Amino acid sequence: MGFSKIIPPKIAQKIMNGVFIASGIVTLLILVLILGYILVKGLPAFNLEFIFGNPIDSGKEGGIFPMIVSSLYVTLIAGLIATPFGVGAGVYMVEYANNNRIVRLIRFGAETLASIPSIVFGLFGLAFFVVFLHLGWSILSGGLVLAIMALPTIFQVSEVTISSIPNSYREGSLGLGATKWQTIYKVVLPAAIPGIVTGVILGMTRAISEAAAVMFSVGASIQTPISIFDPGRPLPLHLYMLATEGISLEKAFGTAAVLVILVLIITIVTNLVVDRYQRKIMGK
Amino acid sequence: MNRIESKNLQVYFGDNHILKGITTEIPKNTVTALIGPSGCGKSTFLRTLNRMNDLIPNFKKEGEVLLDGDDIYSPRLDVADLRKKVGMVFQKPNPFPKSIFENVAYGLKIHGHDDKEFIAQKVEESLKSAALWNEVEDKLDNSALGLSGGQQQRLCIARTIATNPEVILMDEPCSALDPISTTKIEDLIQKLKKEYTIIIVTHNMQQATRVSKYTSFFLHGEIVESNFTDKIFVEPKEQKTEDYITGRFG
Repeated sequence: MGFSKIIPPKIAQKIMNGVFIASGIVTLLILVLILGYILVKGLPAFNLEFIFGNPIDSGKEGGIFPMIVSSLYVTLIAGLIATPFGVGAGVYMVEYANNNRIVRLIRFGAETLASIPSIVFGLFGLAFFVVFLHLGWSILSGGLVLAIMALPTIFQVSEVTISSIPNSYREGSLGLGATKWQTIYKVVLPAAIPGIVTGVILGMTRAISEAAAVMFSVGASIQTPISIFDPGRPLPLHLYMLATEGISLEKAFGTAAVLVILVLIITIVTNLVVDRYQRKIMGK
Repeated sequence: MNRIESKNLQVYFGDNHILKGITTEIPKNTVTALIGPSGCGKSTFLRTLNRMNDLIPNFKKEGEVLLDGDDIYSPRLDVADLRKKVGMVFQKPNPFPKSIFENVAYGLKIHGHDDKEFIAQKVEESLKSAALWNEVEDKLDNSALGLSGGQQQRLCIARTIATNPEVILMDEPCSALDPISTTKIEDLIQKLKKEYTIIIVTHNMQQATRVSKYTSFFLHGEIVESNFTDKIFVEPKEQKTEDYITGRFG
């Protein structure tokens, strides 16, 4: 390249060391900055009434308990629906599909699905789940839309994880007279669980953070949803309404802080559990 | 009595003709070594005996392989049953990422055993047969992947014998192990041959002379010579065999 002629290799090495370290620091700084800003602006709104109370006067006063419940509810529904399909499709791709064209087509489908803007999913949810299937504005409709959104992530991560499971495990199991299903169910999937859980959590944290995808499907009710057919108002949607309708910026930041903390808790807790499991099965 | 017979066995992977007419007999409760240079087809032959090659998409075979007189490629035969009878130990130790106990119990559980006492007893028996019990008896719940390579390979042997196979196939079982672990596995093979028919693929000719009663020399997908191990290494009938065992190629 002639690069080394202009800058001596040892100096180039030092410069690049600096560039990489700086990139890492910038990434971390942006995260700390945003988190810090939201927490600082949001924490003044925090108290027991805010977390466990109902909103008063469109959310200008009171709390966001129904929104927290809505958020967890739609995300849970999304996870419950998307996980079996995503993991199942991953198993199919690695363990069953041997036609390359179908594999490529499915992979292309998942990539396209992942890149569709969330507002488009929202619109589809309105037309298909809310109107056509008569599910109405409900936790179920919102959960279904979010399930479709989380599906490609869960599928892609599952496929990569399952295909990284060494073939020697499969041979060991089949060599003992296990069927293909026993091998998948008892050896491949348990070994792949840490990766699959990471994929599921990635998909679900994407789902819990969505406003656009749920705004046409879950409604905007400020009642705490009980049944899956009740309407709700997940946190991002509440946050959007508080901010855009000029109701209360303070409560908007409070809501944002709750959302961020929820995502952090979900991520950290699953990481801890996955780490423990990983250490247990890998003997470290 | 011959436990395994193969008659004019031809194996292809796509257009590659790997085994070219293997006709041989493997006697019961003895150790038979398969030797030969890399790519000679000895591992492929071993893997036709428990139909492990079926996993390769373009595998094709002609000719017959009989286990106790029954064609193991018969459409009426259940492959899982065959593999229960013909166990396999692989080149690289491949315990599952599960506890030591669960590794040995695995074969029993997949074959429908759920009596906990029976399983525990069988696990202990198998680990003792594999000369591993003393080293692991107080850490059965630990992950098998925390064991050393040699221990892992003995665990894989324990896992194989837990399901009461008749034949054990060993595909270079010591090639990834240090000399001490190798000695332990070889001693184990000596012990196991009383109850099991063992077929071992090895690159190590000293190992073949140490552990086996019969040896077959493979070259280019054919068996050049089969005989008692002490015959084949002392007075080989074929020039090619002599060239190989004296280290002139391979």
